[in-house]
Amino acid sequence: MNEKLLITIWRDQVAPRFDLTSEVLVATVDSTGEVLHSKTVVLPNVSAEDLCHMILTEGITTLICGGIEEEYFQYLTWKKVKVIDSVIGPYDQALEFARGDRLEPGAILK
Amino acid sequence: MDFSSFPKESVKVEEVIDCIPVGVAVLDTNLRLQAINRALEAMTGFSREEAIGVGCYHIIRNNLCTQQCPAKQALESDRAVHLEGNIINRERQKIPVMIHASVIRNDEGQPLGVIETIEDISLLRELDKKTQTTYDFGDLVGHSPKMQKLLEILPIISQTDSSVLITGETGTGKDLIASVIHRVSPRAKGPFIKINCGALPETLLESELFGHTRGAFTGAVRDKPGRFQLADGGTLYLTEIGDLPLTLQVKLLTFLDDKEIIPLGGTRSARADVRLIAATHRDLQAMVRQGNFREDLLFRLNVVRLEVPPLREREGDIRLLMEYFLNKFNRQFQKKIRGFSPEVIEILRRYPYPGNVRELSNMVEYATNVCHETMIKSEHLPDYLEGQLDEPLQTEIGVTGDEMDSYTGLEKERRVADNRLNWREMERRMISEALLKSRGNRTKAAKLLGWGRSTLWRKMKQHNLV
Repeated sequence: MNEKLLITIWRDQVAPRFDLTSEVLVATVDSTGEVLHSKTVVLPNVSAEDLCHMILTEGITTLICGGIEEEYFQYLTWKKVKVIDSVIGPYDQALEFARGDRLEPGAILK
Repeated sequence: MDFSSFPKESVKVEEVIDCIPVGVAVLDTNLRLQAINRALEAMTGFSREEAIGVGCYHIIRNNLCTQQCPAKQALESDRAVHLEGNIINRERQKIPVMIHASVIRNDEGQPLGVIETIEDISLLRELDKKTQTTYDFGDLVGHSPKMQKLLEILPIISQTDSSVLITGETGTGKDLIASVIHRVSPRAKGPFIKINCGALPETLLESELFGHTRGAFTGAVRDKPGRFQLADGGTLYLTEIGDLPLTLQVKLLTFLDDKEIIPLGGTRSARADVRLIAATHRDLQAMVRQGNFREDLLFRLNVVRLEVPPLREREGDIRLLMEYFLNKFNRQFQKKIRGFSPEVIEILRRYPYPGNVRELSNMVEYATNVCHETMIKSEHLPDYLEGQLDEPLQTEIGVTGDEMDSYTGLEKERRVADNRLNWREMERRMISEALLKSRGNRTKAAKLLGWGRSTLWRKMKQHNLV
């Protein structure tokens, strides 16, 4: 079954703050870990609420981000979105690790 | 002080910064962490081993990091930077912080990096919230002594079922106070019904207030409950009670006595569990003297009397309200106006506000709409303000609210008085005028001034008029 990942990004890094993210990478990955489709989206407004709304309407299954407040973490988890937070490092590496199902919360990808 | 014994050999940075009770981070010029202390480890949830060599924005996760990085600002501006923001730690908690960033230099003055202190100010912010709540009762804003007195008594009277009479000039916020009393009262879950006694003709008002039965008048095809019945279990707010016709005053009196109402055209009374709040800008005592308002009704309504002070008597509140309305309209119109120019502050502070808070709100709303800059300037204010600022606020010359009250009788005549007089001279002049008018009769003069005879005598002595 395909997975839809969303990574919050800032420059070439995973964005340090979920609530201040203005750009995201959305990638569809198949069961073998191959990226079928990916796109970066620049968000018109910077807001954790808008981002949560987008995650749910886009049908995202996994969120990869930096710091996220407990409130939004719990909400997304409740909505069955897997949240891998406190990820540090370049977002392409984060995607690489996520494809292989090797990305853990708090991962530091130096 | 003798520093001769101070160790000359190099010491480990961590050992030094660990002694500091606030979070400390040492960064290189590429903004990568070189050292953090124990306090910062505890605050962020990242260990020293994890943090070293990582970009500071990943560890500190301040809301300013991506837009206004304090370390970057310090390096670029060559001065210490102090900014307030918030961080999100590994436990997913948002913590308000104060950040100070300073550049570290070598002996040649070359920048080696930046030292940042990150201070947790969550306790301070909580304290701010508590302090604000003492000033702020819902939407009621004010910290002048008169408003504080009012705000202190509101929670107490809202817990009772006593009738409340709110008096005050137009635009002072009587409606707001009535709704606040209802909101914080045990009746808050019940309805809050407002009716303007001056807005409807007598017969219609009677039907609106008390309801009517089928066939009570032409067109009354079915029973209709009145506002009293609709407000059952809640609060009925009668605004402009001074405009209530005498015949309806009797009916209202009956309700206040028996808690029962008889609908128009009906024969049976109905009980209504209603708390009554009335408001007026009129002087009900004067209306009683003129025979336009029933004295017994006034006594029954006057169980709790709240006098809302006019804005000109609310020392210091004008500035507070200006900021309050600016924030409100900034949000409403999605503007980013930061404040008022000193000239505007002075103009608005000196204006006498015959329309009170409502007028100030309208002025700020107008200015927020018109202003396309980051600061409201005098040209953004309504045109009618020009030429109306000759009279200074009387409170500016040191009159306390209580003293102001007792002079109401002569106040209007004095409005055009020489504004260069200070209060002492003004008081002396008022006493002389009152004595002249009363032809030297001190009892009459004291009455004119709204004082007791002994007060007049004491003040005359102070001014060497005896």
